[in-house]
Amino acid sequence: MIMKYSDKLIKDLAPQKFGKLGVIWTWTLIVISVIGIIAYIDQVIKGQVVTNMNDYALWGIYISNFVFFVATSFVGSVTVAVLRLTNNSWRTPIVRIAEIISVAAIIMAGITIMIDMGRPDRLLSLFIHGRMQSPIIWDVIIIPTYIIISLLLLYFPLLPDLAILKKHFKEKQPTLSKWYGKLSLNWTGSAAQKRIQLKSIHVLIILIIPAGFILQTIDAWLFSTLFRVGWDSTNMGAYFISGASVAGVGALVAVIYVIRKAYKLENYITDFHFDKLGKFLVLTCLIYLYFNINEYLIPEFTSKKEEITHINVLVSGEYAPLFWFVIIGGLMIPIIVLLFKKGRKPLPMFLMGVLVVVGSWWKRYLIVTPTLLHPFLPIQGVPESWHHYFPSLHEWLITSATLAMCLLIITILIRYLPIIPIQKTADEQEILDNNKNTIS
Amino acid sequence: MGNINKNSRRKFIEKGLKLGLVTAVSGFGISKIVSKTIAKTSIPPSNKIELMTTDGTLIQVDSSEVVEMNHSKKLDDYNVREGMPDRKFVMVIDLAKCKNALKCQKACNKHHYITGDHAWLKVYKMQEDVDTAPYWMPTTCMHCDHPACVTVCPVDATFKRRDGLVLIDNERCIGCRFCMAACPYSTRVFNWSEPNQGEISMLMEMEHQTHNTAEFAGLPSVKGTVDKCDFCPHAIKQNELPHCVTACPNGVFYFGDKYEDTVTNGSESLRLSKLLKDKDGYRLMESLGTKPSVYYLPPVDRLVDFEEGLEHYTDFRSVDKPE
Repeated sequence: MIMKYSDKLIKDLAPQKFGKLGVIWTWTLIVISVIGIIAYIDQVIKGQVVTNMNDYALWGIYISNFVFFVATSFVGSVTVAVLRLTNNSWRTPIVRIAEIISVAAIIMAGITIMIDMGRPDRLLSLFIHGRMQSPIIWDVIIIPTYIIISLLLLYFPLLPDLAILKKHFKEKQPTLSKWYGKLSLNWTGSAAQKRIQLKSIHVLIILIIPAGFILQTIDAWLFSTLFRVGWDSTNMGAYFISGASVAGVGALVAVIYVIRKAYKLENYITDFHFDKLGKFLVLTCLIYLYFNINEYLIPEFTSKKEEITHINVLVSGEYAPLFWFVIIGGLMIPIIVLLFKKGRKPLPMFLMGVLVVVGSWWKRYLIVTPTLLHPFLPIQGVPESWHHYFPSLHEWLITSATLAMCLLIITILIRYLPIIPIQKTADEQEILDNNKNTIS
Repeated sequence: MGNINKNSRRKFIEKGLKLGLVTAVSGFGISKIVSKTIAKTSIPPSNKIELMTTDGTLIQVDSSEVVEMNHSKKLDDYNVREGMPDRKFVMVIDLAKCKNALKCQKACNKHHYITGDHAWLKVYKMQEDVDTAPYWMPTTCMHCDHPACVTVCPVDATFKRRDGLVLIDNERCIGCRFCMAACPYSTRVFNWSEPNQGEISMLMEMEHQTHNTAEFAGLPSVKGTVDKCDFCPHAIKQNELPHCVTACPNGVFYFGDKYEDTVTNGSESLRLSKLLKDKDGYRLMESLGTKPSVYYLPPVDRLVDFEEGLEHYTDFRSVDKPE
């Protein structure tokens, strides 16, 4: 009985070939990525003059996009680790997707920050001449660390599933089966193996929480260690951590919805899971709203001249439409919708997830750009265009490519990995079935 | 036998001690003595001379044992990253005299082959408040003693020298622009494209082999790296004043050495401490704790009319482009 049941489970959850839509999707991402790579090569040849950055708006969407990727990668710590440590068993069908997003986002964060470098050819200088006092070196240390922890946290729980897939694909796709076999590290499911695996996962879970917090905080400190108005805030660390939870969980909701639809996993990722995730998302949004109030309302209250200039530009000036879109669209509306039970059904959740992610992306733009355009000394004696900043075509193409590559990594991993842990689901179902038996 | 040994050992120790004392004598004293001994070469050997040690005791040594010590640094072998010993360069800008003639900017642009859109030296049109008088404010790099740019540089490409200068090693700069974001004075500029310095940069490279000889620290400009005002180390080395100082027709800029407590604008030399005290000198954004090396004298008792400067004022240009 159980045997038959688990056969169906494997059939449902094993990676499947993409349909027509999946193939089109993948190719679209590849094309966008290639166009971006070409634009980047052009940037390397001509210099960053192809961007609309200048000596005042000295950072642009490359940096805000980097911050967005770093923020999104936080989903690994916040869902996988926190839900596991708090014994929230509803996490099972979503943790792997969260880890995949986390891995893709942090890898792309590492790549994106290099796009912003004026001299990418001198990358090695960071290791040869690196100095610990620079926040950039802190980033150079924490990002690879986080990449490794995230990869391992994706990989270790996969081991039993890879062994299952090796068996599953033995006849149908021998080469694939061989790869799964190699990657499963001879997993047999023995007690000793299980013990080591559990212990390793536990260590990683404990590690990824401080690593995630450090990563987000360093990202915040890239700004708050500087004098500029709008960055020089003690609120930044907590502000970034809470913002990262919003971006991460928002991305998770959106991706889960699409995967559920594409792979027809309605039986595994149910309304119950969306309801739980919705509550989680609304909690993160409320915390973030709280920090936003701290960040914008208190300077308004003390009304220091520079602060007021900065905040007025956001609230009622050049950036007002974007600012209110981010606050209302990216935070208020999701909070209101998700507070209702009906708002936590899959479709409205998906829409809110997308809204939150888009809002999060533009939020980073608002953190980086307006501050730079209001330096301490007035902007004088430079071309008129330097008083403003909006990304150039090159910047859009390259940034789109990084976003496409992130989705491509997610897509490829989804294509070849079981997105819902098979073994764990089977174990849990068994427990459920057993419980049923004892009750009846 | 044993006694002799002991004696000779004691002698040896004594001699060693004396020699040690001699070597401890300051470089300045030594050079004087050396010249003395050279003058007295006609005097028969084994002639003793008297030396004073650092703690003030007089000792006698054989003049033939006196050798020049090697620790006195000569200007020639100074390291570009360390700068000149025992100097601390400062600038004083007298706002009462500036009428935006912009000769400083032109000279600076010319001598540093600035080809971008952002001059290293800028003259701001400033007005603190609606009811205070406007004035012209030239800004250079502040060469801060607590430079925010140096703190955040991940690769030690921008560095602080002991003579006060903050310079950029543009052979090491990775172009992250963190220093530009850190600088509260917006003084740093970036080479967004290949700097079109033409033959000049070729010439400079041929003449100076490497970019980072003391005279041409950070020159010529390199694509994808940061530039800024360098306090003209090439001029300082020749005992000349920076180009902005010599170019100014109104004597706005004073340059000098804080240790010598003297600054000069080319026509008059003044006591730095007295000047700052008498005229209420201040530094820009002192509250940030950057400790700039550039002092300002407030625009009081003005010698010039603000309006006159308006004819040279351009909102959107600080570097003249060749037609």
